[in-house]
Amino acid sequence: MSISYETVIGLEVHAQLKTESKIFSAASTQFGAPPNTNTDPVTLGLPGVLPVLNMGVVEMAIKAGLATHCEIAPRSIFARKNYFYPDLPKGYQISQFELPICQRGWINIKVDGQEKKIGITRIHLEEDAGKLLHDFGDSDFSHVDLNRAGVPLIETVSEPDMRSAAEASAYLKHLRDIFVYLGICDGNMEEGSFRCDANVSIRPVGQKEFGTRAELKNMNSFRNVERAIEYEVKRQEALLADGKVVVQETRLWNADKGVSESMRSKEEANDYRYFPDPDLLPLIVDAKWVERLKNSQPELAHEKSLRFQKDYNIPEYDAEVLTADRSIAEHWEKSVQGLKSLEAKKVSNLYMTHLLKLQKETPETFERITSEKVIEILHLVESGKISLNMAKEVLDEVAGSDKAVADIIAAKGFVQISDTATLEQTIDKVLADNPDNLAAYKGGKEKLFGFFVGQTMKALGGKANPQVVNDILKKKLKS
Amino acid sequence: MELHQLTIAQAIEKLAKKEISSAELTAACQQRIQQTESQLGSYITLTQEAALAQAKAVDDRRAKGEPLPPLAGIPLALKDIFVTKGVKTTCASRILENFIPPYDGTAVRKLIEQDYVLLGKLNMDEFAMGSSTETSYFKKTKNPWNLEYIPGGSSGGSASAVAAGQCLGALGTDTGGSIRQPAALCGIVGIKPTYGRVSRYGVVAFASSLDQVGPMTQDVRDSAILLNTIAGHDPLDSTSVNRPVPDYTQSLKTDVKGLKIGVPKEYFIEGLDAEVKKSLENALEQYRSLGAEIIEVTLPHTQYAVPTYYILAPAEASSNLARYDGVRFGYRSPNAKNLTEMYQKSRSEGFGPEVKRRIMLGTYVLSAGYYDAYYLKAQKVRTLIRRDFEAAFQQVDVLLTPTTPTPAFRIGEKSDDPLKMYLSDIFTINVNLAGLPGMSLPCGLSSQGLPIGMQLIADYFQEEKIFHAAYAYEQATEWHRKRPSL
Repeated sequence: MSISYETVIGLEVHAQLKTESKIFSAASTQFGAPPNTNTDPVTLGLPGVLPVLNMGVVEMAIKAGLATHCEIAPRSIFARKNYFYPDLPKGYQISQFELPICQRGWINIKVDGQEKKIGITRIHLEEDAGKLLHDFGDSDFSHVDLNRAGVPLIETVSEPDMRSAAEASAYLKHLRDIFVYLGICDGNMEEGSFRCDANVSIRPVGQKEFGTRAELKNMNSFRNVERAIEYEVKRQEALLADGKVVVQETRLWNADKGVSESMRSKEEANDYRYFPDPDLLPLIVDAKWVERLKNSQPELAHEKSLRFQKDYNIPEYDAEVLTADRSIAEHWEKSVQGLKSLEAKKVSNLYMTHLLKLQKETPETFERITSEKVIEILHLVESGKISLNMAKEVLDEVAGSDKAVADIIAAKGFVQISDTATLEQTIDKVLADNPDNLAAYKGGKEKLFGFFVGQTMKALGGKANPQVVNDILKKKLKS
Repeated sequence: MELHQLTIAQAIEKLAKKEISSAELTAACQQRIQQTESQLGSYITLTQEAALAQAKAVDDRRAKGEPLPPLAGIPLALKDIFVTKGVKTTCASRILENFIPPYDGTAVRKLIEQDYVLLGKLNMDEFAMGSSTETSYFKKTKNPWNLEYIPGGSSGGSASAVAAGQCLGALGTDTGGSIRQPAALCGIVGIKPTYGRVSRYGVVAFASSLDQVGPMTQDVRDSAILLNTIAGHDPLDSTSVNRPVPDYTQSLKTDVKGLKIGVPKEYFIEGLDAEVKKSLENALEQYRSLGAEIIEVTLPHTQYAVPTYYILAPAEASSNLARYDGVRFGYRSPNAKNLTEMYQKSRSEGFGPEVKRRIMLGTYVLSAGYYDAYYLKAQKVRTLIRRDFEAAFQQVDVLLTPTTPTPAFRIGEKSDDPLKMYLSDIFTINVNLAGLPGMSLPCGLSSQGLPIGMQLIADYFQEEKIFHAAYAYEQATEWHRKRPSL
């Protein structure tokens, strides 16, 4: 008889904060600079240097804490985490240990339509380490790049509240959305600005105590987080089924092989000898500051989605697609608010089927399509001068050139025919030319309505106002 | 009087009156160094040509009538713990033997802004760990009063150089007594200001919560002049305190009527040298005759200071010294074949035995399972020691104590017994643990002709009270005029 197991997952997420300068010095944080150019005496850990806290970093951590319903500590402490590694210039990492800046929060995730609350144990501030570069041809040496050393990080530690890889992935995505929305992290897993370690254990269903956990590292995409966790659960189940035990260890995910490999066991783990950093004073956060930040927090994706559904009467799916990216959500809402009669759903369709594609394929020229341009073009749709399909073509041209909307329309010869007399004449001719179909329609084959619309459009070179054509046709077919 | 024997105050006056030039003054010090350095060994690095060039540049500007800052053209020297751009900074360690920093620390920058003249970098205990300057990788410095005796430490090179007239004044650092103890043993004045008064930026860290920069000079006025220059808030040091810097020379008054001087009974213990005790009693009598009120006070946790210090200071040091790993700067062992060996050999070959001892002590007390019993408990005791002083300063303006239990000891006498060596800082360590300002000034000579120092301690940021009490005593006595016959 096989026992069924429950998976228990907790995540530790490192997010690089989008500051101009490092957490404890004025050195630049710009990504992709030549090795060791974003350094200064503090970054290099030269003898005699001292850290000075960048308060912009603290503000971002508070925003992260507020958005995840954490308590913001009025007093928190920086501590030194001591270990030797060539990418760690001082031989210790400045982090927070006993008193982190944020504690006891939560976020809601949704998996298969089910909402679930995931607890957040803590969010603390720390500095990133540098990087080792190993690929130098025939050289026996590794090289050290300290550009990343001292880049500000927040580490968000969850409660062991997740029960499947899908939940872990949903939590991770949601957390990333929040940080990106707050404008504090660019959320790029491939470039390493958003990184995740997972603590995974299993236990027989119904058992209260946690099983022995393994810590998984080196998963640089959402997909790999899911794959690594699924692999780990199977590995642990297989061990237990064989009558073996799970040992506490750190395992590295190998995405190419699709397996994880043991990196170090509990016995080999470092004793980090944490102690309060005597170079930094306790971090005091004023309640008024927190209050001010609370009041200026942006509306987050989830709240925005609910409001879009309510205020603009668009479906949940549309609202979620539109709010996935804060800049698109704001773009869309501004456009909708600038319109008079066009339904929000139609504008939503335009964004989802067309503008999001443009943004993805040609992000550099998408910037030309401002909400003002969208409004200008859609006003022409509202007044019946052009069709929505024509509007799409005009938007393509706006992205591709600096031409004025009016010039684009003139050049394309986009003039929509809304004139009732012309349209009635054309429709009468279409009906007269197709007596069989007319008879069939009147005999109940109502699908043929589309056929008549198509014929009318064809006769007018696609320039007829479809709404007016519909209205006239309906009237004529009834009689 | 020869030029190298001038005090800073005297030299400032003579330079201003154009009675002497900075080049003459600098050359006089350099000549004195040349005459005495082979006996004393005070310096690790001499910056001879640069010093003369700086002096001449100041002279040129003075000749043109340009306004100059007070310390312009004054030849000083720095303990080799101060980071100096372009000038080797070794911390008396093999691991930094060839380290040339790309930046200047804040205290040094403030001296540069005053157009001072840098004569060179002074010997010290390796990474400031020691009380005799015997742990230096490079050389042993001798006490100018008797070349068979140690000058004290860790700022032993600074004390020896100032006492012997090898420079007009020097900067030292003090983590457990490293300014005051050598000042006492060499018969000069040295002050450790309140923690946070002088920036630590650009001072190689030993124990960050205890380290403080201070002047070492021939007399009290010179210390006030130098402290005026180097004190103040520094945005590059988060632990430096943002409060105005008074003009300390304004506190140099001789009237001490009504000044309350506390004498902590715990400092007059068994093991206190009889001559030191006698000198202190004479000093108290002197103060009494000047109209000061002497009050006995108690600092009940005094006996815990040494063990507390030898937990906290090594703990911080073990972390501060982790950066000397052979990766980016400093000594890297040529004998290493892989990363672990590079760490192990660079540090084993680069650090001396006292530094290793303290790294091991510090690593131990921070280790899992020991942290609470040692580090955390020591922090609690530190708070109790601080409260002792706070209570005492409810009653008195300053405290007067011996600086050291004995005058200087012989070279080699305590180098095999770390515990004995550690106990030579028994009267100075508490002041660092509490973060208070403390000064040592000369108050006698032993029958063997070795200097004896006394310590004045004041409440936080009350350096002015120390300068006041010290100046009054100094002006009423002749001890500060005594110089070694070298």
